Amino acid sequence: MSPEHETTVEVAGAPYRVWTAGTGAPLGVLAGFGGFLHWTPFLARLARHRTVVVPSLPGFPGGGGRAHVELDTQLDWLLRTQDLLAASGLSGADLAGVSLGAALAADVAAVWPDMVRRLVLVSPLGINDGDTVIADHWGATHSEQLALLSSCPGVLEQYRRMPPDADEIEWDVSQIRANEAAARLLWPNGETGLGGRIGRITCPTLVVWGAEDRMVPPGHRRLYRDGPGGPVSETVIEGAGHQADFDRPDDVAAALVAFLETEA
Amino acid sequence: MKFLWFHLMPYTELPDDFRERNPGVWVNIDSTLFDPRRAHVMYNDFMDELEYAGTCGFDAVCVNEHHANGYGLMPSPNLIASSLARSTSETMICVMGNSLALYNPPTRVAEEMAMIDCISGGRLIAGFPVGTPMDTCYAYGQNPSMLRDRYLEAHDLVKRAWTERRVFSFNGRYNQLRYVNIWPHTLQKPHPPIWIPGGGSVETWRWCAEMDYVYCYLSYFGYRIGLSTMRGFWNEMDRLGKDRNPYRAGFLQFVGVAETREEAIRLYREPAEYFYGRCLHLDPRFVQPPGYTTEATIRARVEGQVAAAARKATARARTATAMEDIVEQGYVIVGSPDEVAEQLRHAVTEMNVGHLMLLCQYGNMDRDLTAYNTRMFATRVMPQLADHFDDRWQNHWWPNPLPAAERAVPDAGLSGTLAAAE
Repeated sequence: MSPEHETTVEVAGAPYRVWTAGTGAPLGVLAGFGGFLHWTPFLARLARHRTVVVPSLPGFPGGGGRAHVELDTQLDWLLRTQDLLAASGLSGADLAGVSLGAALAADVAAVWPDMVRRLVLVSPLGINDGDTVIADHWGATHSEQLALLSSCPGVLEQYRRMPPDADEIEWDVSQIRANEAAARLLWPNGETGLGGRIGRITCPTLVVWGAEDRMVPPGHRRLYRDGPGGPVSETVIEGAGHQADFDRPDDVAAALVAFLETEA
Repeated sequence: MKFLWFHLMPYTELPDDFRERNPGVWVNIDSTLFDPRRAHVMYNDFMDELEYAGTCGFDAVCVNEHHANGYGLMPSPNLIASSLARSTSETMICVMGNSLALYNPPTRVAEEMAMIDCISGGRLIAGFPVGTPMDTCYAYGQNPSMLRDRYLEAHDLVKRAWTERRVFSFNGRYNQLRYVNIWPHTLQKPHPPIWIPGGGSVETWRWCAEMDYVYCYLSYFGYRIGLSTMRGFWNEMDRLGKDRNPYRAGFLQFVGVAETREEAIRLYREPAEYFYGRCLHLDPRFVQPPGYTTEATIRARVEGQVAAAARKATARARTATAMEDIVEQGYVIVGSPDEVAEQLRHAVTEMNVGHLMLLCQYGNMDRDLTAYNTRMFATRVMPQLADHFDDRWQNHWWPNPLPAAERAVPDAGLSGTLAAAE
């Protein structure tokens, strides 16, 4: 399973991988923890309905090498993400993000309302409920990390396993680098200040949660449901954990497609 | 040789079942185990011990910085060092050190260390660790992806604050100050000796060589395991064209001295087993935050088969928590004075280390045994090694205090004099 096209766009002097597949109106997708290592069932399912465009975020696989180390502030991250979306032909398109990708997607929609037509946030991060913060994904053992991210940790582990033809050292480095990039954005509490800006989101928004999400306390959901200034709908996917797109790809993709078609 | 008496200040009353009932000694240690009334006694014992070591002839006394840590009760080593600056007179004071990225602004470090240097008459050694992941990233919430850059920038700021004799502006990536103008300045010129505690990072070795700083390998696992790291350090110095002056390096070693080896094992068994069993009960969750270790170091570790083998051996060895294993692995060097001296001579020669940092107190060792160990080492081991290396090498990295005749003498009688006058 692979995307139909892989291209490279240059942003701030670094090359970024952009995957494209499917037909129809474009839908940008920003990955969660670890980035996209391979084309996934979730992306394939979406590509049956839309032209799915997947730019790699800074520091994640395909994301400009160590480009994340140039990004010190949330403004740096947002400008780079906005530039990346524009370079990928996604200005004014529908945009979906998962987890930390949803944190950035939501902020882009808040800061540049014209950039995003309709917004889908799958297990979003970026806001905490006072001192009640998301689970510590980094202060965890490897198996605990997988269990925090997925209701099917074995599937996620399999997805992250090194392909037979890969260089072992570089594979390990790329995984650690992706984890570092996530930490650079979210350390230590997963707080990006989105709470102060989320009210600026005016486009129609769908928020998708995994019913078994162990990263985000259930009490956080109201912050994303009530925060945006535009219309918000919410769906909870049974059997899915935080990375709901891995755990229940068909159900999450179906929810997205239904939302995008309804809103169209 | 230089001998430095190092105190970690471990909490000495962790319960017997600490290992079984707690995930770790650091970051998430059970807060209810801390009894301030007992800590009152511990702190005063520890400071007595440091002061005693200073009177026994050790070249320096050492303190260090840890946070949320059951074996290191010094979140601020500068507080202890400032007290030692008054209560000791001849021994040097090694603050090993301040984790620079944790201070906002880092000029606080420049100021406090300058105070200690002034109060002590120029006896300060300034240690600048990056800091452990547990201290910096978890207990203090620093972003591991930015920690090293913040550290390096803070170092540059502190050093400029110590050396420039004019008010200047600092416009760094992480620190912006319109006016940098610390008062006081350091007494030592251009600044106190700078020592860098580190692990086995190639970048740290290169940086120490470039800056002409002392590299200190502070391992709790003794010289046998430390040897491979120190060989790596010296190989890198060779590659960079630096001489093999042993005073470029420091190493930490636990010791236990008694009249006989059997007596030493009997005396030091409990504190050693307490330290390796309870104090080093580390939660693996907090050891490797992403970005803390550089990619170059990760690649070096993955690629180096020798290094990988050493790491595996280290991992096996670090499971030792019983005295026989602790001694067998060389974590703690025990024996009669002659036996300890012989082992240390072998260790420092093989590692080519001129600054030997000694833990004579560890675990729950009480004040009396600590004093005995300290005295035995100072009077019967140290003299056997004191001249080692000195026939060939000069120590360019040692403090340069004021001559004794020019130093102020703390006057404990003043309060009495004033009372009498009133």
